[in-house]
Amino acid sequence: MGAALIASAAHAEDIGNAEAGAEVWDYCSGCHEVGQGAENGIGPHLNGIFGRPAGAIEGYNYSKGLIREGKNGLVWELDKLNAYLENPKALVSDTRMSFDGLETQEERDDVMAYLRQFSDNPQNIPEAAPTARAHEVVLAPEILAIVGDPEYGEYLATECTTCHQIDGAYDGIPSITHWPEDDFVVAMHAYKVKVRPHPVMQMMAGRLTDEEIAALAAYFGNLE
Amino acid sequence: MTLNRRAFIGTGAAAAAALSAPHVKADNHAGKPKVVVIGGGAGGATAARYIAKDSKGAIDVTLVEPSRMYYTCFFSNLYMGGFRELSSIGHSYGGLAKGGVNVVHDWAVGVDRAAKTVTLAGGAVLNYDRLVLSPGIDFVDGAVPGWDVTSQNKMPHAYKAGSQSELLKAQIESMPQGGTFAMVAPPNPFRCPPGPYERISMVAHVLKEKNPTAKIIIADPKAKFSKMALFQEGWSNHYDGMIDWIGSDFGGGNVEVNANEMTVSIDGEVTKVDACNVIPAMKAGRICELAGITEGNWAPVHAATMQSRVDENIHVLGDASAQGDMPKSGFSANSQAKVCAMAVRGALTGSKVFPAKFSNTCWSLIDTDDGVKVGATYEATDEKIAKVAGFISKTGEDAALRKATFDESVGWYAGITSDMFGS
Repeated sequence: MGAALIASAAHAEDIGNAEAGAEVWDYCSGCHEVGQGAENGIGPHLNGIFGRPAGAIEGYNYSKGLIREGKNGLVWELDKLNAYLENPKALVSDTRMSFDGLETQEERDDVMAYLRQFSDNPQNIPEAAPTARAHEVVLAPEILAIVGDPEYGEYLATECTTCHQIDGAYDGIPSITHWPEDDFVVAMHAYKVKVRPHPVMQMMAGRLTDEEIAALAAYFGNLE
Repeated sequence: MTLNRRAFIGTGAAAAAALSAPHVKADNHAGKPKVVVIGGGAGGATAARYIAKDSKGAIDVTLVEPSRMYYTCFFSNLYMGGFRELSSIGHSYGGLAKGGVNVVHDWAVGVDRAAKTVTLAGGAVLNYDRLVLSPGIDFVDGAVPGWDVTSQNKMPHAYKAGSQSELLKAQIESMPQGGTFAMVAPPNPFRCPPGPYERISMVAHVLKEKNPTAKIIIADPKAKFSKMALFQEGWSNHYDGMIDWIGSDFGGGNVEVNANEMTVSIDGEVTKVDACNVIPAMKAGRICELAGITEGNWAPVHAATMQSRVDENIHVLGDASAQGDMPKSGFSANSQAKVCAMAVRGALTGSKVFPAKFSNTCWSLIDTDDGVKVGATYEATDEKIAKVAGFISKTGEDAALRKATFDESVGWYAGITSDMFGS
């Protein structure tokens, strides 16, 4: 309790080095946005994360685990966030956050200091540049506009579920369920043109057409 | 094939109506199409699960599998190396049963293709409209002179996971200090091409810790093997001087064993060994032979549907099939099962059939956190399943990448087993 009180009163500079934290943030920024104009993406935006109950952002499709823990009273105070960043699954067993955790306390402190800047007074966010992600590949609007066929997506998806679990569980292979369709499409095209490095994914994406990528995005984005 | 297909497409609308309103179909229960799947591994379990799940009750699915607890061959080497508990690679069939599959623990002992029935050892006779055979492998009689099934307690094959894996692990761990472990490797084609060499790595890992002066000999009837450069680099990095691989160029194919004497003769030179893993030449699981759908050792199939080339009402999956370019692996069987499930549903209920896509990735562990992988994508041609593109880990990769590859394989294991067993 004492720790939680200290946490809510804490300033960024008491937690760690926010400037170093901006670099640690690179691990997070593939899925999360923070700062001016931050929106929900693959993960929820993290403006005002400190002091917010888990699973609380309206309009973001959380895992059952985070909704459950939020109902159980989990609030993102310093100590809880630290535990989550160290080993997400240890704190919330069925989170969809596909991240193994930050091993060192220094990294966790620094990234929390970085995040802390966007929390105290959300209406008074410092004059930092918006961190909304630059897209890895620039896609023509007509590619993003393709409406995917979810039935085709369901068949194509069987090729993905040999590794990626359909319920979004993470055991070493990232969750791909409930992503915003645009993020899914951009990620797959990034593999296809080999901007993203993973050889298996380059190979899998490499033979998918624009329509097939859209079909997969529609299917995985709208799973029950 | 053409006639059946046309007839079923003709009833597609009715079948679709039945899908959305299963009670309409209930009063026509006798007419519900029946699928029997033989073998509950990566091919059979996946096919049974997907046909039951995606047909939403419109198809009766029965899975015949003798084991109540299935131990995956993939990751059984990691058990031998001490990286996994045996219980962590065991799976029951409750998830499939809950998913609507009628799971029957029995042996299939006969197929009557004219009557479209399967006879079980317990005496039951099952009718089918489509039969899916995914029985895995059996060993070719007399493939390794001196070895037969009565020798497998002294010289285990450990190539069907479970009691054999436990036995071989125990024998490795009780070798005398400075003793010799021998492996007789199989000729192509065989289940899990990198499997014997990952196993050697795991045996070396155990011996390095417990018995560092022990030796490992591999008698191999092949001149090269899967991921050879990666394994040989890893063996020299981690287990320098411990492993002696004798390929066919050096007489590795000229082997005889004596299980009572615990000796292995390689190209005429007899060696006394303390543990010996004999992996004989393989063939399709015997039920394929009994069904009369094999040519040589394997059951040839059409790539687009995995239908037997001998009988259009039978599909063959995984190791037992002769399909073309895919390696015999759990990943391949799982991939083929999804193509098969779609084709079976299409034929029996008129559901939409999309072009077949196949893929495979095989991860191997060389030592702690030193994982490598190889993979490819495939498509169906008239002749075979044909390779489209592939990749392989590179020699000299850094430790972080190798660890990431291993971590990924652990994630894949969780993924494929939940995809197979639905739990």
